Amino acid sequence: MAGFMTVFGIWLGFFLTMAIYSFLYKDNPFYKVAEQIFIGLSAGYWFVYTIYNILIPNLFNKLAEAPSKHYLLIIPGILGLLMLTQLTPKSAWLSRYPISLMIGTTAGIGMVRYLSSDVIKQATATMINPFVAGDFWSTIGNLMLVTGTLTGIVYFFFSKKHEGVFGGVAKTGVYFLMISFGAAFGYTAMARISLLIGRVMFLKDIWFVNLTELIAKLFT
Amino acid sequence: MKRRIPLLITFFVGILVILSEFIPHKPFGLLTSGLEDWFMIIAGFAIILGNLNLLKMNAIKIKHKQENWQYYVVAVSSFAIMILAGFLWGTKDQAGLLGQGEAVATFIGSKPFDWLFNNAYEHLAATMFSILAFFIASAAYRSFVGRSPESYLLLIAAILVMLGNTGFGSIFSHISAFIMKYPNTGGQRAIIICAGLGVIGSSLRIITGIERSYLGGE
Amino acid sequence: MKKIETTRWLLYVLIFLSVLLPLIFQINLPITETKVARGVYNLIEDANENANVIISFDYDPSSKPELQPMAVSVIRHCLRRNYNMIFTALWPMGVQMASGAVETVRKDNPHLEYGTQYVNLGYKAGGMVTLQKMGKDLRDVFPADMSGTSIDSLALLDGINSLNDIDFIISLSAGVPGIKEWIMVGHDKYGRSVAGGTTAVTAPNILPYVNDQNQLSGLLGGLKAAAEYEKMTGASGTATAGMDAQSIAHLVIIIFVILGNVRYHINKKRGEE
Repeated sequence: MAGFMTVFGIWLGFFLTMAIYSFLYKDNPFYKVAEQIFIGLSAGYWFVYTIYNILIPNLFNKLAEAPSKHYLLIIPGILGLLMLTQLTPKSAWLSRYPISLMIGTTAGIGMVRYLSSDVIKQATATMINPFVAGDFWSTIGNLMLVTGTLTGIVYFFFSKKHEGVFGGVAKTGVYFLMISFGAAFGYTAMARISLLIGRVMFLKDIWFVNLTELIAKLFT
Repeated sequence: MKRRIPLLITFFVGILVILSEFIPHKPFGLLTSGLEDWFMIIAGFAIILGNLNLLKMNAIKIKHKQENWQYYVVAVSSFAIMILAGFLWGTKDQAGLLGQGEAVATFIGSKPFDWLFNNAYEHLAATMFSILAFFIASAAYRSFVGRSPESYLLLIAAILVMLGNTGFGSIFSHISAFIMKYPNTGGQRAIIICAGLGVIGSSLRIITGIERSYLGGE
Repeated sequence: MKKIETTRWLLYVLIFLSVLLPLIFQINLPITETKVARGVYNLIEDANENANVIISFDYDPSSKPELQPMAVSVIRHCLRRNYNMIFTALWPMGVQMASGAVETVRKDNPHLEYGTQYVNLGYKAGGMVTLQKMGKDLRDVFPADMSGTSIDSLALLDGINSLNDIDFIISLSAGVPGIKEWIMVGHDKYGRSVAGGTTAVTAPNILPYVNDQNQLSGLLGGLKAAAEYEKMTGASGTATAGMDAQSIAHLVIIIFVILGNVRYHINKKRGEE
């Protein structure tokens, strides 16, 4: 039976793959069904793993095994349940308590971390001596890096009208941003092709091999 | 009560977290540590809320027989099957309500939850995003056009980077690496720094209660 | 209208063939190493003996073709160096990805042993906030491993109480939360070396963190970098196998772009006339 289920799994994978690809022709019932299965399974997966990986070990087990040590966890437990009041419009306002706690924590931590990592450290990493002795291309590159960063920041400064010298600097920033977006497009194309390669590998190495095996069995 | 207390919670929690960054000793460090623990648990409930909300929305559509309601039955059924499979027989590493489910695992080759994940979900997820390969190729032909110096820069950078990620010679790879390391990093870093400043500004607005849209209406 | 439809289908067929044919008829185009990818290799290669490593699986099946080859290569490399591997996940589906990568590695390392060579601590929600907690108390975040075994009874985790006891972190990331959060907390707050791999889509945004401040020690961006890493570790896998197809498909897209531009300028000229 396990063997049959393996083969069935391969064919299920094949049909689901084709159902999604049928969207290339146009939106159709096969695609819609596959799409809804995707949504349902995905939500189910998240549900199961959240219970098994978070709520059981980090809340229920702790409270059950050492209640005197972890009694304060009752608070996030209650706040978590309050979160679920969002499902009923009348009591939805109660969910503001857990939401405000989460938002406050995220804002506080986010502010400090972004300040440190994305502002201070990134700015520090730009304050380099661009001139590398005996390395022409690194020098050119470093100059581009510093110019690109500074002019890009100027471009994002909208409190002053982009005209005159300021406008010229902002325009230079746009050129660097365009190069970045071009690079991003190149990488995005690469990513999508990689995913297609993954699918074609499945079709070629697993499904097609299985198909030929089935045909061979039929004729022997 | 309905708005003021949540605003106060956000303010105190935000300030506490920021203070603990500079004064990691008691009581700030300890309080923040506890808060981080709570956060994870509440985030878990938030995920559950998201799932249940999806279920609720689909159930409403089915109940009122909205257009294409039959498809929502498929979504709800898939959700229910995945949950049942997960809770009855568990996942690869976890036991379910019926134990480790050895018998059923021997029967179908793996636990039902994992079987569904490997044979249905994986294929759906992978295909859903791989389909974009076709669209990006089509978009490249139709819309990726040089109309101005800026768009030519974008175009040339994209072509060079794409060539750099092939096996058509190391020269392309070096050019692509140069673009990525210098001009791309310059542009991206400007975005990172400015977005970082934006996050700091938004966080301050949230903590001080200027930004309160997360509380919803009423 | 019919012409547009025909062109669209022609493009689709060409893209499909440009991927399929090189997978059937391999031409083994050369793979050129880059410095950022080498940074990941060096971080793993140069760490102390018995180093404690966190490998975080922050992705799901939709990015598997790009990130799974990296995961397999990184695990193989760490195994060869005899490191203690701790698997975590910031995405719930990362748990299954970790299991899949282990199964692939087990094929050529049948004696790979759970509990002494690697442990799988599973998924935790909360992103950056949870990582910050891991920096203070790893055992509080992960009281048990995936199968429910208490963290205290896992020999591999003896003496590991927080991120400070970790030598370096590898994040295989498809978005948020992922490698950026690991950089912000793992490196910038707790001073741990961080490297990893991302999907090609996110690579350009993450590259600025490979800098003088060593926020990121190295980065594998997309399938090409995964193939580079396979080449460095001397074990070719699915990334190397896919590189011919990747190269040809890129060429086809570039030809599309050029043809699209020629078409646009011809039409423009005709319009002007």
